[in-house]
Amino acid sequence: MTRAKYWQQIAAQLFPQGHQIVEQDNFLSGTAQVGDSTLAVIGTTEHTPIGVEIALAQATAVLQTVRDHPQRPILILVDTQGQRLRHRDEMLGINSYMAHLGKCIELARQSGHLVLGLVYDQALSGGFITSGLMADACYALPNATIRVMGLPAMARITKVPEERLLELAQSSPVFAPGPENYLRMGGIEAIWDGDLAALLAQALATAVPVDRRAATGLARDGRKLAQPVIDAVLAAGRADAAATA
Amino acid sequence: MSHQTSHSYLEANARERLQHLLDTGSFEEWLPPSARVMSPHLAQLDAPVAFDDGVAVGRARIDGRIVFVAAQEGGFMGGAVGEVHGAKLVGMLQRAILEQPQAVLLLLETGGVRLHEANAGLIAVSEVMRAVLAVRAAKVPVIVLVGGSNGCFGGMGIVARCANMILMSEEGRLAMSGPEVIETASGVEEFDSRDRALVWRTTGGKQRYLLGDCQGIVAESIEAFRAAAITAIDACQTLPVALSLAALEAEQALLRERVARFGDCADPLAIWALLGVENPEQLPMLEADAFLAATAAHRLGVPA
Repeated sequence: MTRAKYWQQIAAQLFPQGHQIVEQDNFLSGTAQVGDSTLAVIGTTEHTPIGVEIALAQATAVLQTVRDHPQRPILILVDTQGQRLRHRDEMLGINSYMAHLGKCIELARQSGHLVLGLVYDQALSGGFITSGLMADACYALPNATIRVMGLPAMARITKVPEERLLELAQSSPVFAPGPENYLRMGGIEAIWDGDLAALLAQALATAVPVDRRAATGLARDGRKLAQPVIDAVLAAGRADAAATA
Repeated sequence: MSHQTSHSYLEANARERLQHLLDTGSFEEWLPPSARVMSPHLAQLDAPVAFDDGVAVGRARIDGRIVFVAAQEGGFMGGAVGEVHGAKLVGMLQRAILEQPQAVLLLLETGGVRLHEANAGLIAVSEVMRAVLAVRAAKVPVIVLVGGSNGCFGGMGIVARCANMILMSEEGRLAMSGPEVIETASGVEEFDSRDRALVWRTTGGKQRYLLGDCQGIVAESIEAFRAAAITAIDACQTLPVALSLAALEAEQALLRERVARFGDCADPLAIWALLGVENPEQLPMLEADAFLAATAAHRLGVPA
C-alpha cells in the first residue's frame, strides 16, 4: 500500500464526489465531479519542467475538451519549476509550444468554457504564464511557491547583492516569492485555506472571462501604477477624456 | 531601394526604428518621455530609470494605413518588461480593441520579464499576452517585428507567437531561455553560449522561418521591415484574424510532427538536411533573397 501522492491528496479534497484524473509522465488529465457538473482537469506534477512534449500534451487535452465537451469548465492544476532549460527545446521552438498552450486556453475561454487555475505546489515563470495565469481566475494554496526565479539567480543577473534582495523581499511584494504577494498584486484571485471543495464550487460560480488583474492589484495596493497607466494610455490625446498619467 | 535610404534595424534604437518604419511625422505617442511615467520599483535597487520605461506606444500611419504601434528599447534594461512598461503595452492593445486600427505592430526587443520587478513583471507579461489575444478576438491583426540585437526572449518570446504574424531578420533571435541561462543551468556541453554560430542556427530568423514559427524573413534594414510590414498588414485583411479551433488544430498537428521528425536532431543543420535543403551548411551565409530562393520549396508552416 503506497501513500497517496500529493496531487492525489489535493484532488481528494477538491473532489469529494470523485474524479478520474490520471498521471502520465508528470502530466495530469481527466475529469472530476463538482455538484451536478463535470469538470475537465489538466495539469502537471512533481515540479516538472515544461518541455515541448508536456506543453503539447496539455494543449491537446484543452483542445479535446473544446471540441468534444462544449462549455465544460476547465481546472488547471499547476506544479512546475518552469520551462525546460535545454538546447533541444529551444531548437524546436519551445516558445511556440508554450504559446500554443496559451492560445488553446484562450480559445476555450472565448468558446464559453470557464477556466480556473490552482497553484497547489510550485509555479515559476514561463510555466506559469501559459497555465494558471491564462485562467479567468488563478488561486493558490497557502504553502504554494510562486516566483520568477530564485533570489541567488536574480542577484546574479540584476547585479543587486543577494542580501539586499533578501532585505527587500521582507517589505516589497515585488521581490518575495509566495502566493500572498501575487494576491496583493492581483495575479492570484484568492488563497484557498479551508474546505477546498466549497472554495472550488464558489470559484466556479463567480468566474468571469475578463482580465481584471491590474484593477485588482490597484485595489489591493500591490501594483499601484499598472491600472492608472493603462487608463492614461486609453485616454491620451482624446478630446473627450482627461489625458493625465 | 538606394543605399542612401537604408538604415540598419539591428543598430537603431526604438525611436529611430519608428521614425523610418512609419510615415514621416505620423507617430503620435501616448505617454511620451515628457510625461515622465517611470518604474516605481527601480529606485530602491539604485537602478537607472527611463522617462518612457523602455517602450514607446502610440498611433501612426504606414503607407497610409492606420496602425497602433509599440517599440521596445533594447538599450534600457534589455527591453525587459516591468509594471509600467507592460501597462503601456496593455493600454495600447486595449485601445486597439476600441478604436480598430488596421493592425497593431509590435517592435519587440526584450529579454522578457524585468527581474528588477520580478513578480510585477511576470504578471505584466501575462497581461500583455492576454491583451494580444483579445485584440485578435476583436479582429485586429497583430504583427510582430524581431530584429534587435537583444532578440525576443522569455515570456515575450511566448507573446510574439500569440500574434498573427512574425517578421524577422536573420540577425533577429526568437526563443524562450537565453543560451547563457541554459549554459548556467545545464552546462556548457548542453549549450555553449559562446558558440555564436550555434546560437544563431538555433534561435535565429532562418531557423524560425524554416520551421514555420515566423512568416517572413527580411533583409537587415528598417526599410525592408517597412515593406514587409505593409505586405503583412494587407495579407491579414483576407486571413482569419481571431483564434479558431481549426487553426489551432492545424498548429497542433504541425508542432506534433515537428517533435516526431526533428526531436532526435542534435543541431539545426540536421533539421535543414531532413527538410531537403541542399548544402544546409551554406544557409547561414546566404543573404535574405538567396536564402528565400534556396528554401522556398522546403519550409514548413501554418498561421495560427
